[in-house]
Amino acid sequence: MELKDFKQRNISPGYIFFEGEKAPETGWQAFQKVVKRTLKGELFVGLWIVFREMIRFDIHTIQYPAQKMEMSPRYRAIHRLLRLFESGSERCIGCGLCEKICISNCIRMDTHIDEKSRKVVSEYSINFGRCIFCGYCAEVCPELAIVHGVEYENASEQRAHFGLKADMLTPLDTFRANEQKEFPGFGALSDNADEAVKQTPLAY
Amino acid sequence: MFETAVLVETLVKAVIVVAVVAGMAGFATFIERKVLAFMQRRLGPMNVGPYGLLQLAADGIKLFTKEDIVPQNAVKPIFMIAPVIAATTAFVAMAAVPYFPEFTLFGYVIHPIISDINVALLYVMGVASVGIYGPLLAGMSSANKWSLLGAARAVIQMLSFEVVTGLSVLAPIMMIGSLSLIDINDYQVGGITHWLIWKQPLAFILFAMAGFMETNRAPFDTIEFEAEVVAGYATEYSGMRWGLFFIGEYANMITISVLVSILFMGGYNSLWFIPGAVMMLIKVSFWVFLFLWVRAAWPHIRPDQLMWVCWKVLMPLAVVNILITGFVLI
Ligand code: SF4
Ligand code: SF4
Repeated sequence: MELKDFKQRNISPGYIFFEGEKAPETGWQAFQKVVKRTLKGELFVGLWIVFREMIRFDIHTIQYPAQKMEMSPRYRAIHRLLRLFESGSERCIGCGLCEKICISNCIRMDTHIDEKSRKVVSEYSINFGRCIFCGYCAEVCPELAIVHGVEYENASEQRAHFGLKADMLTPLDTFRANEQKEFPGFGALSDNADEAVKQTPLAY
Repeated sequence: MFETAVLVETLVKAVIVVAVVAGMAGFATFIERKVLAFMQRRLGPMNVGPYGLLQLAADGIKLFTKEDIVPQNAVKPIFMIAPVIAATTAFVAMAAVPYFPEFTLFGYVIHPIISDINVALLYVMGVASVGIYGPLLAGMSSANKWSLLGAARAVIQMLSFEVVTGLSVLAPIMMIGSLSLIDINDYQVGGITHWLIWKQPLAFILFAMAGFMETNRAPFDTIEFEAEVVAGYATEYSGMRWGLFFIGEYANMITISVLVSILFMGGYNSLWFIPGAVMMLIKVSFWVFLFLWVRAAWPHIRPDQLMWVCWKVLMPLAVVNILITGFVLI
């Protein structure tokens, strides 16, 4: 591999390089360039393009407060804590993986053992002043308990808003109204996950 | 008695012209935003009134009620008078411009021109050039480097294009033999083929380019180009004083549109079944639209390129045009 190829190894093969126009050397060439550019009609091409867009009237504006953008499920906004569909109890098992993996070190949680000898999460908070929305927490979570939502309107009067457990956990009435949707985005299983799973070879 | 009648008539006409043109200038800002938006696949102002139509009123209220700030080190009287000069000259230039064919109202023949002077073209161009004092004084009195740069650019720009304007209209004037805009209009009676644009295509192009420079519109908007000199001479202005510059610019745009229509595109002569007044409106609207259209499509040029193109390309072309016209006339 030559040095040039090595430096451009991120560029796909079909890439066309444009070295730029040669600068005119003599006065005659400069004059030719002026005449060519003057009579070429490029300016009218420009006029036609904007006029075509105007009569096509293919408007891309989203009139924001009235209309909102449809976010992709893979968009990583403020987190949500989900509930189990079967029982309605919290999915989070307090394993602490998210706290561990968070590169901004902004997840804090507190757990205790309840009367049935189960580990429950008593406090869970994310400091959104530091979160970089990398999505590692959602990806590492074994229970798909912490996921990313798609709400992007996060203006608030207080730093702590959005980041407490009560803010992120699906409220019980929302859950009862069957409005918690399975999360299709970051860290979730893909649709064809079953096909992708290989049987554990038990033969040996 | 006659004197009073003329005086009253002139006054009424002047008030009407100022009111209508100021209104149109305001409306042009709205149209400009809409057209530019559509050309860039946006919607433009939408929230105030139906389709944003009342945006105009909102802007007016904003301009009128905004605090009028005079910077600390500015030369106060000059700073305050400069926008007035810009707006006044733009309107004064319209005194000698005929807008419509004459018509009869209540048995009284009305000439829709404030004053039919025999050197109308010279007058309009002269007053329009005086308008450069607005940006010049504003820039020099603002105590701001961006303003100063803008003023300097305004002057070099005027020195460059003024020659082209003068020389380019000289050829049509030689053919017509009069500077009165009414004579120029009457010269082109008789349909599209009699328009001067066919006899003087080069002069037409040169004059149109000079018109774009005169109104500081893209691609020659060097004197207030945001990316280079913030807002040029208007950097320190706010409120209604800034608004006066703005109205002046749009009034200039309308004047240039009217001038080009009269000089080269048959003026207010009727065409087939279309009456002259409507023809005039159509032409002026087209030219105003062209100003906006060009702004949406073309990049702007550097001041040195502007001087280069004026002195080294346009001026020789204009002189050649005059020579050819002269030979043909002889
Ligand atoms: S998105 Fe990244 S930074 Fe934010 S809480 Fe999760 S792991 Fe931490
Ligand atoms: S990784 Fe998931 S299950 Fe584990 S503590 Fe975090 S949110 Fe709870």
